[in-house]
Amino acid sequence: MLLHSFLAVSAARWPRKTVLVAGETRADYASYQRDCHRMSHALLALGVERGDRVAVFLDNTYEAAVAILGSLGAGAAFMVLNPTTKPDKLAFVLEDSAARVLVTDGRKLAGLASLAARTPHLARILVLDPPPAAGEPWGGRVADWRELLAAAGPAPGPPAVALGPDDLAALIYTSGSTGNPKGVVMTHRNMVAAATSITTYLENRPDDVVLGTLPLSFDYGLYQLLMTLRFGGTLVLERSFAFPAAVLGKIETEKVTGFPIVPTMVAILLQMDLAAYDLSSLRYVTNTAAALPVSHIRRLRELLPGVRMFSMYGLTECKRVSYLPPDQIDIRPSSVGIAIPGTEVWVEGEDGRRAPPGVVGELVVRGPHVMQGYWRRPAETAAIVREAPAPEQRSLRTGDLFRTDEEGYLYFVGRKDDIIKSRGEKVSPREIENVLHDLDGVVEAAVIGEPDEVLGQSILAFVVVRPDSGLTARDVRRHCAARLEDYMVPQTVELRDALPRNSSGKIDKLVLRAERAKGR
Amino acid sequence: MPDLQSEIRQFIVESFLFGQDDPGLGNADSLLENGVIDSTGVLELVGFLEERFRIQVADRELVPENLDSVERISTYVRGKLDGAGA
Repeated sequence: MLLHSFLAVSAARWPRKTVLVAGETRADYASYQRDCHRMSHALLALGVERGDRVAVFLDNTYEAAVAILGSLGAGAAFMVLNPTTKPDKLAFVLEDSAARVLVTDGRKLAGLASLAARTPHLARILVLDPPPAAGEPWGGRVADWRELLAAAGPAPGPPAVALGPDDLAALIYTSGSTGNPKGVVMTHRNMVAAATSITTYLENRPDDVVLGTLPLSFDYGLYQLLMTLRFGGTLVLERSFAFPAAVLGKIETEKVTGFPIVPTMVAILLQMDLAAYDLSSLRYVTNTAAALPVSHIRRLRELLPGVRMFSMYGLTECKRVSYLPPDQIDIRPSSVGIAIPGTEVWVEGEDGRRAPPGVVGELVVRGPHVMQGYWRRPAETAAIVREAPAPEQRSLRTGDLFRTDEEGYLYFVGRKDDIIKSRGEKVSPREIENVLHDLDGVVEAAVIGEPDEVLGQSILAFVVVRPDSGLTARDVRRHCAARLEDYMVPQTVELRDALPRNSSGKIDKLVLRAERAKGR
Repeated sequence: MPDLQSEIRQFIVESFLFGQDDPGLGNADSLLENGVIDSTGVLELVGFLEERFRIQVADRELVPENLDSVERISTYVRGKLDGAGA
């Protein structure tokens, strides 16, 4: 089974059914599949080969969904990049992955001229609505996407491409503790297994209408598309959750049944009067990326009594790990449940043995959803992936500390490293510190996460600047905003004369955290 | 009411552009599509409008039609102020 077989099967069965609602666009399965086929042919005509990477740098739009499935149909692998990624990071990711094609829009391309000289692997840039003279810095590499799709003919069939379940389907870039983002390597088999397992426990049906407000660059957002194609449902794709009333309005008008959320969205929703909206079409709500406070779970349960609530846990490296069956949510609201169907999990002690209930250890996952590894990083892969003779027996160390209760339900305890979770996304303090050190006048910097009602964790940077630099906290934040994705920009920058050090001479973040905790 | 518009623009520049105005961002341009504002930014903006102009922003009004550009915000605020029967 290949990942894009989901689309082929559903399109054959329900050609006239609406698959995507995105902005002004409403597409049925047949027309969406036709556009994906044209995209596949366009990529093949450009010389894209099996396993080549196609980078998709677009907002949550119909065209992004076409680029993703169209890449798969051409035998290529897709990588969706967060639309707020800044040029330096984009250059890093494009070169790290050696992406062959970039798909973007005219507005974004305008900000990327500085990349032209730094992306030798990039053969082609397909641009949606290119402005005049868009190609100038790029030396003939820019092509108009719509023209290429039109050239593929009005209704080409699927191209003949040799491909198997162990071919590369996607690279998903995620923050790493070393500071540089890493590409998580996922095969068709990995992603089919994950999407199948999740739609099984959610009991998705063809009449489900899912509301996707999370970016397609985030695996939680991406899988809403993949899973919808699998069960033949409808995905209402929103650019973001920035205007919550508009999003709630979509639940009313599109009769949404499935609403995937992260804790930041819940914190915002609970400030609104949900009773003013007709949310009666909702069948289920899912939460992952970070734990919902139990008080928020309880309030949501009161406000949406008939809605099944799934508390889940996962990481990009295997997509999803566990879910709490909804009949358990009032019994053990702080648990993230049990292994997803077709997989196994256990808590491992320092001695490498399975820990008994109540004892904290590292969570280990085994199953067909475990990634192949980090793209071109064998040492970092070997540190967390345990190989096995069969694909479904490979296991992954999650880096997260867990315990179980007597009945085997899982409870998240903490991270083994200092990765921050803000708005549900992983943030590497090192990556921010590296950006801070690039600012002329910064002597040293340390970044920590702090508990935050809305964000889960807010990001706080302690920065020492040269006295003659004249840098202010706002200058430092502006520098960060120009280089980091929105969710990585520190909410607070605190200028200090010096930073505390531990006995080995390293910046002592424990002291910084303790000082802040005392001040709260 | 150019004063209202420039005051709103100034708030956006201070809060979301870290004090550095972007001449490429027109008053009619989408704040969302240009990456100026996100979900927590919208809440910050609403807090400012309610306090500065002494208006109440209802949940139902938290939509792009009212809040997604400097011009739209100005028109929306002016409508609220007129509607208050001042």
